[in-house]
Amino acid sequence: MAALEERFTLTAVPLGSGPDGPLGVEQSDKTDQFLVTDSGRTVILYKVSDQKPLGSWSVKQGQIITCPAVCNFQTGEYIVVHDNKVLRIWNNEDVNLDKVFKATLSTEVYRIHSIQGTEPLVLFKEGAVRGLEALLAEPQQKIETVISDEEVIKWTKFFMVFRHPVLIFITEKHGNYFAYVQKFNSRILSKYTLLLGQEEKSVTQSFSASVDRKFISLMSLSSDGCVYETLIPIHPSDPEKNQRVVRSLLLKSVVSGSARSGVALTILDHDHVAVLGPPLSASKECLSIWNTKFQTLQTSKELPQGTSGQLWYHGENLFMLHGKFLTVIPYKCEVSSLAGALGKLKHSQDPDIHAMTHFVNWETSQGYGLGSQNSEQSKRILRRRKIEVSVQPEVPPSTQLLAAVQKDSEKHIEVELRKFLAVKRTPDFHTIIGDVVIGLLGRYKAEPSFYPRNCLIQLIQTCVLSYSLCPGLMEFALEKTDVQILQLCLQQFPDIPESVTCACLKIFLSIGDDSLQETDINMESVSDYTATIQDAEIEEQTEILQNGFSPEEENCENCAQELIEKPPAATEESTSCPVTGKRAALLNAILHSAYSETFLLPHLKDIPAQHITIFLQYLYFLYLKCSENATMTLPGIHPPTLNQIMDWICLLLDANFTVVVMIPEAKRLLLSLYKFVKSQISICSELNKIEVSFRELQKLNQEKTNRELYSIEVLELF
Amino acid sequence: MGEFKVHRVRFFNYVPSGIRCVAYNNQSNRLAVSRTDGTVEIYNLSANYFQEKFFPGHESRATEALCWANGQRLFSAGLNGEIIEYDLQALNIKYAMDAFGGPIWSMAASPNGSQLLVGCEDGSVKLFQITPDKIQFERNFDRQKSRILSLSWHPAGTHIAAGSIDYISVFDVKSGSAIHKMLVDRQYMGVSKRKCIIWGVAFLSDGTVISVDSAGKVQFWDSATGTLVKNHLIANADVQSIAISDQEDSFVVGTAEGTVFHFQLVSVTSSSSEKQWVRTKPFQHHTHDVRAVAHSPIALISGGTDTHLVIRPLMEKVEVKNYDAALRKITFPHRRLVSCAKKKQLLLFQFAHHLELWRLGSTVATGKNGDTLPLSKNADHLLHLKTKGPENIICSCISPCGSWIAYSTASRFFLYRLNYEHDNINLQRVSKMPAFLRSALQILFSEDSTKLFVASNQGSVHVIRLLEGSFKHLHTFQPQSGTVESMCLLAVSPDGNWLAASGTSAGVHVYNVKQLKLHCTVPAYNFPVTALAIAPNTNNLVIAHSDQQVFEYSIPDKQYTQWSRTIQKQGFHHLWLQRDTPITHISFHPKRPMHILLHDAYMFCIIDKSLPLPNDKTLLYNPLPPTNESDIIRRRTAHAFKISKKYKPLLFMDLLDERTLVAVERPLDDIIAQLPPPIKKKKFGT
Repeated sequence: MAALEERFTLTAVPLGSGPDGPLGVEQSDKTDQFLVTDSGRTVILYKVSDQKPLGSWSVKQGQIITCPAVCNFQTGEYIVVHDNKVLRIWNNEDVNLDKVFKATLSTEVYRIHSIQGTEPLVLFKEGAVRGLEALLAEPQQKIETVISDEEVIKWTKFFMVFRHPVLIFITEKHGNYFAYVQKFNSRILSKYTLLLGQEEKSVTQSFSASVDRKFISLMSLSSDGCVYETLIPIHPSDPEKNQRVVRSLLLKSVVSGSARSGVALTILDHDHVAVLGPPLSASKECLSIWNTKFQTLQTSKELPQGTSGQLWYHGENLFMLHGKFLTVIPYKCEVSSLAGALGKLKHSQDPDIHAMTHFVNWETSQGYGLGSQNSEQSKRILRRRKIEVSVQPEVPPSTQLLAAVQKDSEKHIEVELRKFLAVKRTPDFHTIIGDVVIGLLGRYKAEPSFYPRNCLIQLIQTCVLSYSLCPGLMEFALEKTDVQILQLCLQQFPDIPESVTCACLKIFLSIGDDSLQETDINMESVSDYTATIQDAEIEEQTEILQNGFSPEEENCENCAQELIEKPPAATEESTSCPVTGKRAALLNAILHSAYSETFLLPHLKDIPAQHITIFLQYLYFLYLKCSENATMTLPGIHPPTLNQIMDWICLLLDANFTVVVMIPEAKRLLLSLYKFVKSQISICSELNKIEVSFRELQKLNQEKTNRELYSIEVLELF
Repeated sequence: MGEFKVHRVRFFNYVPSGIRCVAYNNQSNRLAVSRTDGTVEIYNLSANYFQEKFFPGHESRATEALCWANGQRLFSAGLNGEIIEYDLQALNIKYAMDAFGGPIWSMAASPNGSQLLVGCEDGSVKLFQITPDKIQFERNFDRQKSRILSLSWHPAGTHIAAGSIDYISVFDVKSGSAIHKMLVDRQYMGVSKRKCIIWGVAFLSDGTVISVDSAGKVQFWDSATGTLVKNHLIANADVQSIAISDQEDSFVVGTAEGTVFHFQLVSVTSSSSEKQWVRTKPFQHHTHDVRAVAHSPIALISGGTDTHLVIRPLMEKVEVKNYDAALRKITFPHRRLVSCAKKKQLLLFQFAHHLELWRLGSTVATGKNGDTLPLSKNADHLLHLKTKGPENIICSCISPCGSWIAYSTASRFFLYRLNYEHDNINLQRVSKMPAFLRSALQILFSEDSTKLFVASNQGSVHVIRLLEGSFKHLHTFQPQSGTVESMCLLAVSPDGNWLAASGTSAGVHVYNVKQLKLHCTVPAYNFPVTALAIAPNTNNLVIAHSDQQVFEYSIPDKQYTQWSRTIQKQGFHHLWLQRDTPITHISFHPKRPMHILLHDAYMFCIIDKSLPLPNDKTLLYNPLPPTNESDIIRRRTAHAFKISKKYKPLLFMDLLDERTLVAVERPLDDIIAQLPPPIKKKKFGT
């Protein structure tokens, strides 16, 4: 599953660049170090994980860098071009760029390319290419012109294909685009005309390319907001001839069609592309990761301060300008599952797509494609529009309901919903329920005053919803801090992601007692143990918070001693619930939810230590309650089990031990947990000993029965 | 049905010996099992897992390997260095041949059944050619450094794998030279100090060798390159046995912790053709070491030190719900080890190497159902008779009057005369047994103790007249020409006129003892006979078969009785047919000719032929005693099968007189208490 991690700014000092942003970000020969060339006079070497510059070089005043600095991987030297023709080569020890190696060339340079495993290449503005060594041997050599007069190089990329370097560059002339592929093993240059297809008027704004065995896959982001793919053969059938290649639609409407600038595209891996740009015409600019195979939005990150339309991807890091700062967002793509890929969907722009479903109908997905693409692409599109296909006129309640969701008042929707729920359940019942929820949420987004709380509660209680059926619902409830809906969701949904569970936990722990008082929470998991507490609880709790720590408890031995000396206080503490009944009910819902440790742990680290302490106190209290009876269970309907309690204690301590150990309030708790574990260990060892004794007893017992080796009994057969 | 005084006897201190080897024969669907005392048993898996044959053990003959070869020939090899072939018809040892390699640890028959391979203490692997009536030494393979503990043939017969200590060798059969030596990691729980013993190997047709060893590992080796491919650590103790299915898609291993693991070759994903070995099911049916496992097409079979033979069906391979679908645990032999002198109230217990004679106690008190009565006299241990020589006892019998005891080993027949003088017993061996009385499969005295019937292993039955202190050979009923099948079961009519004898598969022969000739033969039935008895007065022969069918055959009329025809027509109750232990003894009520008493290991039953038969809707077992008078009457007349499951496991039950029963129980706990302690596993803590 592709994911963007927390972004960080590479430098606190804004780059001295204009609106154009930096010239380029290139890898250096050491991992994690990158050369950033700004559009002025400076080249900076950054260590990304440390977020600090390692070196900085500037050209003289009056000179200007025209081509981003690159690293020669074979020698470890850096190369930059200033004033179009002057080549400079230096290394880490050099301080002043004026004093380093200089070569003045005869023709203007477009780019220098350098990748691992081969010598750097120099691409001239007229389209000619030279290896660096050959060029330095005779800097003033004559450079031929390859492209025609008014053609301008727009974009270029350098690959290694089977150890042979291949360079591709795209030129533009009067709105027509041409691709040149230069192969260096055979010195063949092939030219292709890129045909745009039907969307003649669109302007291509950004290119990216990847390569596999036979083709260069060139992706372009067009001004209509769609991503197109063009396959260019590496080994052309007839290299001399000018060939034509057609582009095909890959992703539709990834950015707003009206965005004039600031859009960029880069290929991340086989199935993923990163797109920079505003997803909606009005919205802020975003960095989004798309899965091209499933045509889904994997994740996205808002860049509110705007960006420059430049995007670099090197070694799991995405670089872009955010505001005036160069920002790095680490990108990670784990092995993706279908469910993961289908999990999220962009918010559609069209108002009539509110009822679009977020799940796959495997039966009907075959025949329905998005737009007018070729058959191969239509197979990839697994989603469909619910309204068009499944909602037939002969299913009136659901149609009516979906229509009502779009426009009617809350009251009316409730009536429709009740009507719908009263009807016998159809096989697609749960899909319709999912549609309705998404419809309601969509409408809420459009008009924030519309808050169909009762409807949502009723819908959740149908027990057919799941997190993946209505991904927005819990986010909506989190946003609203509607703990009742959250509790219901936690109880009903089988597939809540750990991050959301943790967000719920955060809210449950942080929400004020007074706001909890007003909510209507299902208390059935919290039976009499909080009821007995509730009256005593308020003063008790304050007492704990105030008396939880006093300076003389500095060292553990003292505490332990104190605990031993004051058994009444300890027992008193153990009988009182550290949280209110309603909060306890909410926390119980968390305890019941399913999770996997590896995914939950990182999120648990984000919870404030004070809240962790309270939660731990509550869990410890539950444990004490459990141990009061022989069966080790809590009273009430559906209470948390001992295993759940113990697992959560372990999880919380695992995630936050270093923090909790520093908090004075938690000291007593940790001590008692420590003592508890210690006693458990001794109990286990004692049990092992007892087991041996019992076996002896059993043996004795057997001997006793053995003594009755012979008896005469009366038996009556019936 | 009435009230009985039951002598509940638990002092029969019988402990079965542990299972050492099992070998499954796919052709005949039979299982050979060898025990640590050298006994070899043959179970017929098609006949409801009935133990149809056995070969008595021998003190010096510890069997270490057992295999079927060349169709249905059974070989064993052991620590005395001999290879033994068994005669499955005559039920004796055909021949024993010294392999001259010291103790033999392993043996394997070639896939085509024509060659036999043994692995010896001195590190040699010896190849024998199987000739029609013997085996012949062919050659030695390259000698290894230490003993060969396991052997396996490649299904094509071109290579073999031999497990030794710390390494596995792969031999080329043609040249006899070792082409690979695969060293096994000695590490045991992270410490490498002990030797790693390869307890078992299996060679697959794709060249993979699977080994199990004392460090708890199951390892997969590539025999072509001699490299380790995969390693499963499955136990903290030894993995002692492995058996692979014929299709090579599943195998089973047994560990010293009593666990049996099933491995299956399953597809990596549902659609792909790539398959890998996955540990699928663990079974814990044993408390002690699982020394031997076998893999039949539909079941996993395991046996070990805890003496149980466990047959665990693979539910995915079982198509219909029948005998094969149930888990079987066979603990007790399917033959009688107890005989009883009714008049003197004596019990004779048969052990491997001795006999015990006990006199039952008595009481004067009376009581109601369920009471335990106070004893006025306890049971007495009268006699402990040790055998001479290393051979195990095959069979034994005490005469109804209690003054004769006879037993037989594989080579000698013993007859003793007992004289009771107050509390003293005088035991006198009858010497000069005739030469033909060398070994017996079954011994029986006539009701009046004047005649002795001996079933010998050539299919003949000898009739001997007993006189005070001597005997006279009266007649020998010879087997019908052309048959060599041994008679295993005998029954004599109380009036002494009729003798019934049965082998394992052919029908029951009825002889006229007065006229000394064959009277008739009961038609053969598909399933072997498990018990025989002739009723008093009517001379009806009652025959129980391993499929739980019971027939009644009138000897004078030479036909099945009306009752037998009725019950065959109606069929037995389904619960009756689902019982999984065979009926091992049948007897009759002296005063009530309509009653038949029979028992298996878990129940005894009195059939009242005068009552209507139960159908599948009626309750076969009465779980609780009735509470009121009308209930009693209603139940008493309910149906013909009066069953009690009060005494179990039941090794013997008989009617001493019309109001007294004797039941010999052997609780499993008592057996377990006499076994060595199992590997201790911690129950608490981590």
